[in-house]
Amino acid sequence: MTTSTSLVYLIALPLLGATILLLAGRRSDKWGHLLATALSASSFGVGLYQLSQMLNRPTEERGVSQKLFSWISVGSFNVDAGLLLDQLSICFVLLITGVGTLIHIYSISYMSHDENRRRFFAYLNLFIAAMLLLVLGDSYLNLYVGWEGVGLASYLLIGFWNQKPAYATASKKAFVMNRVGDMGLSFAIMIAFATLGTVSFSGVEEASHTASKAALTAIGIMLLVAATGKSAQFPLQAWLGDAMAGPTPVSALIHAATMVTAGVYLIVRSNFIFDAAPTAQLLVVIVGAITLMFGALVGTAKDDIKKALAASTMSQIGYMVLGAGLGPAGYAFAIMHLLTHGFFKAGMFLGAGSVMHGMNDQVDMRRYGALRKFMPITFITFGLGYLAIIGVPPFAGFYSKDAIIETAFNAGGVKGILLGGTALLGAAITAFYMTRVMVLTFTSKERWEDNQHPHESPILMWLPMAILAIGSVTTGFLFTRGHALVNWLSPVVGEHAESEEMLLQPMVVSGLALLAVAIGVAIAVMKYQRADVETVAPQNVSIFTRIARKDLMQDSFNEAVFMRPGQALTSLLVKGDENVVDGAVRGIGRTALGAGASLRKTQTGFARSYAALILIGAIALIAGIWVVTQ
Amino acid sequence: MNALTSMMLLPLLGSLLVAVIPSDQTLRIKQAALGTTLLVAISGVMAWFKFDSANTSFQFVQIAQWIPSFGINYAVGVDGLALVLILMSVLLAPVVVLAGWNESEGGRWSAKVFYILILVLETMMIGVFAATDVFLFYVFFEAMLIPVYFLIGGYGSGERAAAAVKFLLYSLFGGLLMLASIIGLYVISGTHGGHTFDIGQLSELHKFMSPTTQNLLFLGFFIAFAIKAPVWPLHTWLPDAAAAATPGTSVLLLGVLDKVGTFGMIRFCLTLFPDASKTFTPVILVFAVISILYGAFLAIGARDIKRLIAYTSISHFGFITMGIFAMTTQGHSGATLYMFNHGFSTAALFLVAGWMISRRGSSTIADFGGLQRVTPVMAWSFFIAGMSSLALPGLSSFVSEFLVLVGTYTRYPVAAVIATFGIVLAALYILIPVQKALHGPTTPGNENLPDLNLREKIAIAPVIAVIVALGFYPAPLLNVINPASAHVLEVQGFTDPVPSESAGK
Repeated sequence: MTTSTSLVYLIALPLLGATILLLAGRRSDKWGHLLATALSASSFGVGLYQLSQMLNRPTEERGVSQKLFSWISVGSFNVDAGLLLDQLSICFVLLITGVGTLIHIYSISYMSHDENRRRFFAYLNLFIAAMLLLVLGDSYLNLYVGWEGVGLASYLLIGFWNQKPAYATASKKAFVMNRVGDMGLSFAIMIAFATLGTVSFSGVEEASHTASKAALTAIGIMLLVAATGKSAQFPLQAWLGDAMAGPTPVSALIHAATMVTAGVYLIVRSNFIFDAAPTAQLLVVIVGAITLMFGALVGTAKDDIKKALAASTMSQIGYMVLGAGLGPAGYAFAIMHLLTHGFFKAGMFLGAGSVMHGMNDQVDMRRYGALRKFMPITFITFGLGYLAIIGVPPFAGFYSKDAIIETAFNAGGVKGILLGGTALLGAAITAFYMTRVMVLTFTSKERWEDNQHPHESPILMWLPMAILAIGSVTTGFLFTRGHALVNWLSPVVGEHAESEEMLLQPMVVSGLALLAVAIGVAIAVMKYQRADVETVAPQNVSIFTRIARKDLMQDSFNEAVFMRPGQALTSLLVKGDENVVDGAVRGIGRTALGAGASLRKTQTGFARSYAALILIGAIALIAGIWVVTQ
Repeated sequence: MNALTSMMLLPLLGSLLVAVIPSDQTLRIKQAALGTTLLVAISGVMAWFKFDSANTSFQFVQIAQWIPSFGINYAVGVDGLALVLILMSVLLAPVVVLAGWNESEGGRWSAKVFYILILVLETMMIGVFAATDVFLFYVFFEAMLIPVYFLIGGYGSGERAAAAVKFLLYSLFGGLLMLASIIGLYVISGTHGGHTFDIGQLSELHKFMSPTTQNLLFLGFFIAFAIKAPVWPLHTWLPDAAAAATPGTSVLLLGVLDKVGTFGMIRFCLTLFPDASKTFTPVILVFAVISILYGAFLAIGARDIKRLIAYTSISHFGFITMGIFAMTTQGHSGATLYMFNHGFSTAALFLVAGWMISRRGSSTIADFGGLQRVTPVMAWSFFIAGMSSLALPGLSSFVSEFLVLVGTYTRYPVAAVIATFGIVLAALYILIPVQKALHGPTTPGNENLPDLNLREKIAIAPVIAVIVALGFYPAPLLNVINPASAHVLEVQGFTDPVPSESAGK
């Protein structure tokens, strides 16, 4: 493989920014945000340079690697600090640094009134660096460093306003639930080393050709566990809604466009494992299908605009995971949906931030309405993202989501019908809840609180939104033209032979999907555009609505099954440690101390009680020697 | 002069210097102590550079007759394992002195006594790792108790007297068992080539022992070490001692002295009694795994910040013990690296916690709140130390913890899998105090706490620098540790398990 010496700059530049801003502290308040933005943009520049280099090379030589140094080497466990940039990782590099830089620019304005803006930018740069390491690492262990690195950045950013206890709790919840997933990654690496003797991507790929199905299945399932944590997939999804406590640009970058898609990257990167482990692959599609429906249902019941979008993110990543679980037929489509989603969802989150900016940080959509007139740019950019996510042609989501639905239907047999049907139903629900968001926010009647003076956001905010909106419009078309993305990725994820028998032709799937979308849109328009919307969520609603509002009881479940038993066990152990374990020892100790105390009756002071103890010791010692030498 | 002997003499000379400075010149005394520990640290680093890591036999060897009639020698020498631990000890000592500049105030005795005790303790810390004569080791092992006992009992807080006595009783009990085993070894050596305490010669003796003898002698050593590096259920002295001791003493106690336990498991239990080690491995692994989870749960439930750190250490010592008895190169090297890394991350935690406690006048976690906005540098230092404790990748502890896990998994997958749950618990036991103390609104009593001063920043910065640097580049330590680990396992007759999927190829 070609080697490069410049890959490290991709990571080093934003890492340098984070280091400078954190060490310089308040001294960098004046220029910190500019430096961070410039460094993120430079990293994007390096990415573009790498892309141009890659395009100049023949297909089989496109991947480049860089070995920095030997990181951990013990016995046969050898892990280099090595980077790998191939057709798959360049997609992520450009997404992370490109969208990342736009969000830096947006944040300059969005965070301008926050006294800790510099710290915010330090965290953003830290995130960019960690995320790049995640997608550039050439082994599972290097990926792990980036994997927990983005978790740390996410924790810091969710808790950016951690003076509010609820936000501090949200950040902790995200970290801990992610750690549960990280355990999966740990297991996967341990199993890979114990069975295959290597943890590098190339090494595992090579070994996977001859490895047993059992070993690969075990690794695959553990990688899936890791993916569910980071990508907020069922059953480790409960942290994402709370993560909306972070400033909105964070939600756009980390909790929509990039970090939460890392699980999809992990599965696609490990295609050689899942292709050889059908059971693990089946679990992937099941997790994807459940989550796409889970997120969509939750999305219908949320009045907080950010939480509605978060539920939508969960659901859309469900589509990606579903696609990734469909094997070589689906990997490229999963990545395509990931990229288009990166544009339209980041754009919509920034739009939500723009709305909040104009509405005194109000997030309740029941107190929005008619904002179209007051925020035309936000309305248009958000609207383009909306058309993309629900899958209206020719917007981006139409291409990428349809491809996944179609591939799901053609997965074969009952499985195909179930998966395709779920994906289709999900599309209808997506159209419903996104239309609901659109209507409640922009087109229905005003339901504002007093003293609201909505206004359009400044150019630093709307420009990134506009650029992302352009992406929401064009990327689907660009990626599918001449199968551009599929062909681009095929050296990494494998070729897919066109299946002989298709359950449904592409045209039929598109027609069904459009019909589903139309139904979803129609219901939402009737329910929210035509009728009056109450400013407080009605309480006399069906049990289904109530369950959906409570995120399908995810927190109640986790609290009942894990948290409360865990707390009970902890307090039991604390009591046990004091009374049983220590108590038993204290009993022995009291006897000895009793002896010491009786000696102390005539003598006081530390040195003397120590002397007494030595005496006891000496007697026991002599006894001990006698026993041993007998 | 011999590098090790001179390193041991330096603090003794320093303590003499401190002794002749008039008691009222506290600043001079502190400067003398700091200067001495810095000199020792420099000589430690120099020894590090002189050490030939490719050579697996003891280096910097010096042997002098001490009590010839019993065959007792003053014999010192280091391999990679001992060198790493000595380096850790001598690097931490000046940090402790500088960080705990005012720790001697409010003690039962003067600052002078405090620093004499610290310096004498430093000599013993070096000696206990350097000794290659089992009797000499025992002398240091027991003698170390004396300065620590007075440091806790004389300068600690709260129930310091009770905690000091508890610490002493536990340690004496373990020491007695070990002494019995040492005498047993001595007796056996007399019938096979002459009485000796030389570890090299004693390591040949196991060939002549019956399994029962070997098991009994092994247990004498192991229980002593399991008390020192507290393994459940012999741990209860540690939280009490750590809560009562000054933060600096706690660093030396948990960071250095407790490592004598895990060091001893490798140096004595494995080397002298290889068959007994194999016999007891399953049981020890069970106790190690229990320690990992038990320590973590107790840390989650702890209300006192010092006790919390002590319980996290019990969890970490579980990892180290597990790595040692996994009998793989990854487990062994990981465990040794873990000892070093734990020293630094625990030092960071205890020192910052100590500053928080002395400012707030309370060690109860609930009394703090919102420190991130009042004392950002102190809060960040605590946070980074915490991240190191939960083994965040990119920080030093991750490398060692992962090596232990992967090294254990290849031979004992069940133990490794259960132990891995510890990483989730670690996230809880660090993030819970972080949230309570650093996040949330600034609670009454915390509004006016001063941030770290220059001296404190200078003390904590190198510790954090080491934690970060070794996370990214552990090779300097691993290069020294690996040959020593490989050598121990080779002598034991262990080879790493072959990857199961390539076994047939």
